[in-house]
Amino acid sequence: MSRSGWIWTALMVVAGIYLLVRLATGGMGLVYVQDQPVEVQEPGQESWSRAVGVDPKRQGEAGVRVSWSRTVGTWLAALFTLCILSFLYGDNPLYKLAEAVFVGVSAGYWMVVGFWTGIVQNLFSKLAPDLIRSSLLPGLPESQDQELIYLFPLLLSVLMLMRLSPVGGWISRWALAFFIGATAGIRLLGYLQSDFLRQIQSTILPLVVVGSQGFDFSASLQNLTIVVGVLSCLTYFFFSIEHKGVVGGVSRLGIWFLMITFGAGFGYTVMGRIALMAQRLEFLADDWLWVIDPASRRLGM
Amino acid sequence: MKRTLPLLIAAVTGFVLIGAHFVPYTQSWGEEAMIWFDILAAIAFILGGANLVRLNLQKISDRRAGWGYAAVTVIAFFLTLVVGMAKMGVHPSAQFPQFAWSGDYVQEGSSFWFIYQYAFYPLGATMFALLACFIASAAFRAFRAKNTEAIILLSTAFIVLVGRTYAGTALTGWMPEALQFDNLTGTIMNVFNLAGNRAITIGIGLGVVSLSLKILLGVDRSYLGTEE
Repeated sequence: MSRSGWIWTALMVVAGIYLLVRLATGGMGLVYVQDQPVEVQEPGQESWSRAVGVDPKRQGEAGVRVSWSRTVGTWLAALFTLCILSFLYGDNPLYKLAEAVFVGVSAGYWMVVGFWTGIVQNLFSKLAPDLIRSSLLPGLPESQDQELIYLFPLLLSVLMLMRLSPVGGWISRWALAFFIGATAGIRLLGYLQSDFLRQIQSTILPLVVVGSQGFDFSASLQNLTIVVGVLSCLTYFFFSIEHKGVVGGVSRLGIWFLMITFGAGFGYTVMGRIALMAQRLEFLADDWLWVIDPASRRLGM
Repeated sequence: MKRTLPLLIAAVTGFVLIGAHFVPYTQSWGEEAMIWFDILAAIAFILGGANLVRLNLQKISDRRAGWGYAAVTVIAFFLTLVVGMAKMGVHPSAQFPQFAWSGDYVQEGSSFWFIYQYAFYPLGATMFALLACFIASAAFRAFRAKNTEAIILLSTAFIVLVGRTYAGTALTGWMPEALQFDNLTGTIMNVFNLAGNRAITIGIGLGVVSLSLKILLGVDRSYLGTEE
């Protein structure tokens, strides 16, 4: 084994011993729940209770117990988090395993979401409202009648699935064409209204702002900067004129505005990712290892 | 039949929806089309799932490198799918207890919720969190303050990054109010960034309109693929 391998093995053994000791003393990674009865709104029907997560400091209270399934889940989530973070050291089997799980779970997750929200709620409830009301969606309004026009998207769906067939896969292009055509038609108008006209409308600002206390220099400068910024950026985007002389100067100003925009965008993206990383580290240290307690969830334990 | 009909379908659908927008009686067609759009998107997920299974099963049967991971992917996929479709561990809704299947498929405590909470969410969030390190590392290697534009970009990124933290407020507290990093970040975001983003948005709007027209008029046929 290489020196790096020895170091990693030793680190893993130490971490394992630490976790075992903490676990044996009941000092980490446990999830507590409280069973709350569900109030059934139909008389005569059997009621049940549901487990709601509670802070660990409430252990010992009536009805509060350790949820072993959620405890195992927390450990699983922590191990998955560590597996993904291990990629920072380099590509390794643990990362690949977590990645494989993620690919499978996310494909399955979105398929289930698509089935219950897209197919059941939007398609089946329109084609067979009585059947769906008596089985899957009892809350479906009585006013929902059968809409046979939805046979058309059903047909398109079948055509789309033809892509899986070894022959006649080209038929799926018909459904795809409908999909693309509808998107193009709707987006054309939508973007014209929201991204083009409304943005121009918002840029037509008063360059001299007069408030209740007279001339407002700050607001006027702000509006002037926005108008000049938008116009100079648009000049930079306009490639039908050579960027020389005045046009060149204005487009250079546009580049500076764009650089500020990209810099701000970059800063925000990094901040967002760092926030996510902090969240994951907080999960490991707070929910799993119990070494920090920012929300005082284990105060007095 | 293979290429002309799809072009015709795309053109008719698109132009009918555009025309419908201007007629009061048919203005809801767009909303209706969006529902159909959602249905087809759900079907596309099935297509995607089926393709994922096919490719991974092929890898397993060929015993190609990494076939074990492919097996893990297939198992994770089917486990999530069965658990979610069968609403395992889902209690009926409190309003309709007599209907066994009336509960929400993402109900807290159900098996599908368990998979979301303890596998899907932590894995996805950590994947994205990992990008923080790679963005920082790539930026450190790529960004060099060689010219005016690069200096502006770097300074803005620095101000926005530091200005949104306590350190930014503490370090620049002695400066005039307008130059303190938290206020400067506000000015950058509400004035300069707004102007740049507005111009980009106008450009995107025009781009989408021209691309949509190219698709509807059959000039852009890339969505049909290359095979005849």
